[in-house]
Amino acid sequence: MGSMFRSEEMTLCQLFLQSEASYACVSELGELGLVQFRDLNPDVNAFQRKFVNEVRRCDEMERKLRFLEKEIKKDGIPMLDTGDNPDAPAPREMIDLEATFEKLENEMKEVNANSEALKRNFLELTELKHILRKTQTFFDEAELHHSQALHDPSLTEENLGLLGEEAQRTGQALRLGFVAGVILRERIPAFERMLWRVCRGNVFLRQAEIDNPLEDPVTGDQVDKSVFIIFFQGEQLKSRVKKICEGFRATLYPCPETPAERREMAIGVMTRIEDLNTVLSQTQDHRHRVLVAAARNIKVWFIKVRKIKAIYHTLNMFNLDVTQKCLIAECWCPVGDLDRIQQALRRGTERSGSSVPSILNRMMTKQVPPTYNRTNKFTQAFQNIVDAYGVASYREVNPALYTIISFPFLFAVMFGDTGHGIIMFLFALGLVLKEKQIQAKKIDNEIFEIFFSGRYVILLMGAFSLYTGLLYNDFYSKSVNIFGSSWYPVDPQTNQTYTLKTLNGSENLVLDVRTSYVIGPYPFGLDPVWSMSKNKITVTNSIKMKLSVILGVTQMFFGVALSLVNNRYFNKAINIYCEFIPQVIFLFCMFGYLIILIFVKWTTFTYKDTGNAPNLLIGLINMVLFAYSDTAQPSVRPFYSGQKGLQIFLVLLALACVPWMWFTKPFLLRHWHRYGQFKHQQLSVQSGDLVNHAQEVNHGDGGTMAAGELTDSEEEFNFEEVFVHQSIHTIEYCLGCISHTASYLRLWALSLAHAQLSEVLWKMVLHIGLAMDHGILGAFVTVPLFAFWAVLTVVVLVVMEGLSAFLHALRLHWVEFQSKFYSGEGYKFQPFSFENMMEYAIED
Amino acid sequence: MSSCPICGPKLSVCCTVVSIWGIIMLALLGVFFQIHSPALFEDIPVDEIEWKRLNYSMEYVHEKYEQTALNCFIAAGIYILFFFFSCCQQRMHARASYELS
Repeated sequence: MGSMFRSEEMTLCQLFLQSEASYACVSELGELGLVQFRDLNPDVNAFQRKFVNEVRRCDEMERKLRFLEKEIKKDGIPMLDTGDNPDAPAPREMIDLEATFEKLENEMKEVNANSEALKRNFLELTELKHILRKTQTFFDEAELHHSQALHDPSLTEENLGLLGEEAQRTGQALRLGFVAGVILRERIPAFERMLWRVCRGNVFLRQAEIDNPLEDPVTGDQVDKSVFIIFFQGEQLKSRVKKICEGFRATLYPCPETPAERREMAIGVMTRIEDLNTVLSQTQDHRHRVLVAAARNIKVWFIKVRKIKAIYHTLNMFNLDVTQKCLIAECWCPVGDLDRIQQALRRGTERSGSSVPSILNRMMTKQVPPTYNRTNKFTQAFQNIVDAYGVASYREVNPALYTIISFPFLFAVMFGDTGHGIIMFLFALGLVLKEKQIQAKKIDNEIFEIFFSGRYVILLMGAFSLYTGLLYNDFYSKSVNIFGSSWYPVDPQTNQTYTLKTLNGSENLVLDVRTSYVIGPYPFGLDPVWSMSKNKITVTNSIKMKLSVILGVTQMFFGVALSLVNNRYFNKAINIYCEFIPQVIFLFCMFGYLIILIFVKWTTFTYKDTGNAPNLLIGLINMVLFAYSDTAQPSVRPFYSGQKGLQIFLVLLALACVPWMWFTKPFLLRHWHRYGQFKHQQLSVQSGDLVNHAQEVNHGDGGTMAAGELTDSEEEFNFEEVFVHQSIHTIEYCLGCISHTASYLRLWALSLAHAQLSEVLWKMVLHIGLAMDHGILGAFVTVPLFAFWAVLTVVVLVVMEGLSAFLHALRLHWVEFQSKFYSGEGYKFQPFSFENMMEYAIED
Repeated sequence: MSSCPICGPKLSVCCTVVSIWGIIMLALLGVFFQIHSPALFEDIPVDEIEWKRLNYSMEYVHEKYEQTALNCFIAAGIYILFFFFSCCQQRMHARASYELS
């Protein structure tokens, strides 16, 4: 494995592939996945390329496969995923595949068409069946009314059915016509209103709902429908009614007038439905058999087709030799893997049976190579954190290496609670231990995917917050007394131990550090006695603030130091003298000195004279303001003699660094440019290029080298631009140092917030159950309260607070740390690899 | 499937985890109350007036400590029962899904 410190050394290579061997070679390279091909015909559009036909055929095959997949999914047949990875098939196999897919697709289409027709038929028959059944009741009712009206004259006009009335009054003189049909249930009200208005109330509509929903043969949806029957008089009305029915997409069915005919028809319909059912089930069986057979292979087919397509797509990027016998490709590949690439090419040539070997030829170029950081499953997540900000420039120092430790640590400083750390650690540990099973399950949940891919980050974050939690002595906001507290209640007046008598009834007890602090420092972390004190926050604030300034300034120093490594590697001596040195001095004079003072304060003032220690913050402000008072106030007292002089010197030195950073580099560059030194230096650094320059042109016979690539090495020197750039850089750095140091105080602020929040949660929820003074009842209240507390702990304190601490840690790395050295202007190495291709395909 | 009337598969896993946590934590809390841990003084039901009436006796405080400890142990016991219940639910789901596949 390569190192993580810098990205891999890359080289541009030219590949000469025999036409007949090219397919096999590219396939081998795709399996290897270490080569990024460059498009050599960027001006040619997709339809004019050499293998456009093959790509199109692959697209067609893919479409057919997708169609099959859709059908398989529709029927809920499980697709066999053996996880094996077939090699890309030889080009001649493509025809077989095409034939197979064609056959399958046609069969599927035929089956579908048949079953649709059958279903439509079935639907019609079912509707007819319902019509016959429902209309029968209408007619029966009519009969009933009729006879009732005849026999019972007491019925009022309103209660009479229309039919009965008509029949009674006009007898046989006017024959009533009727149409029967089926309509979607939701259209009924509109339909009824329309009929009423158009026919001026001269029609009579009866309707009944069909109980079971019917299946729409086209869409396959379940729809509710109603049967209706309309009675009317005369031809004109009949045509109107029919038109309205048409407009509402109602299906009309012929309905015989006499009951006997109706019965006969009903019997006929029933037998036809029976027949149709058997045919339908047979069709379904057939369809199922075909799909099951296809489902067994569909994943493998997909992989095969996608591989073929990827290979032809890649071949399309190649250049054709003049003799048409040979394809020329250009690719980026890591220098360390050239052997493996050569081997793959040899394998490919052998497989294709070609006698002429493929040739790999390293080229020199001035183009910036892609950035390729080799990662494994552990470093991947951290590399992603860095890459999300910007991909490192080629061969730049890769901050991901340091992020592995500093990121979880800064997170944990903000998330310091052993209890919450344990939860997080166990969760991530579960993911890590079961990663094989979880990967095999292929859970398709985006949020879970995020957690899973960051499992190692979470694991470290959990472990580190376990550690910081022990330091802060916070365990779900309670302190644990492991080593025995160093404080002992001693009365400052009498120098006697407090007795039960003195304690009686006193609400507060002052422990004077001079008498009560007896044993010596608590061995590890915060003394548990503070958890009972009223000034706990004041004490932890002071410690945490100092700690965050120390951590922050250290990290910034480290970032500046990494810029030295970068400048040395890229041979930019001018940046070292004109940027790095003044930057270090500036940072040291302001905040390095502050850190030294913090340590001085911690070490020189023992607990006996804590009250006399000078205030650091006021001291820093006074230092910058040159305000030195002579009063003997302890808060502004100097730490040592000669402090005034040294501090004035430091501030002046820091101020002197500003013009140093600002002006020296642009003016020096201008000087060199004027007197030729600059030019000389440029050439000496990259003198190797000139020799290869000629070579490059020789190789570029296929017009591969775009004019833009051969950029002039003598760039136009633009003083204004350099000066403006340098000004921005300087101002950014000087202001940044101050604002970034302040920004690191978020470490303190978030850790304070976290500690307070978990304390509040304990007091507001769990405390109620524990402090319940009703005997055993408290236990039963504690049970649900504990569950509530546990859920809130996970949701609010671990997930939400964890997320916010994560974001702040992210910001501290991206902005405060990386701005000191990281340019992040590179582009990622994206090798041609079947593995990646499959992932993308799944994502689609 | 008919044998899982109360919890869904995810809920039963969640309940199992919470009850394991509850057993451990409440048992530990009980132990700490039992040894009269001063850090937990705020969480015991001390009635100031009552305490004053008893002339700030230590026995009163100790009694309250032990009472709370007992409560914690009982709650832990309830969580043990709850743990068995949710474990059973989970088993049923596991079996059901095993039979299905």
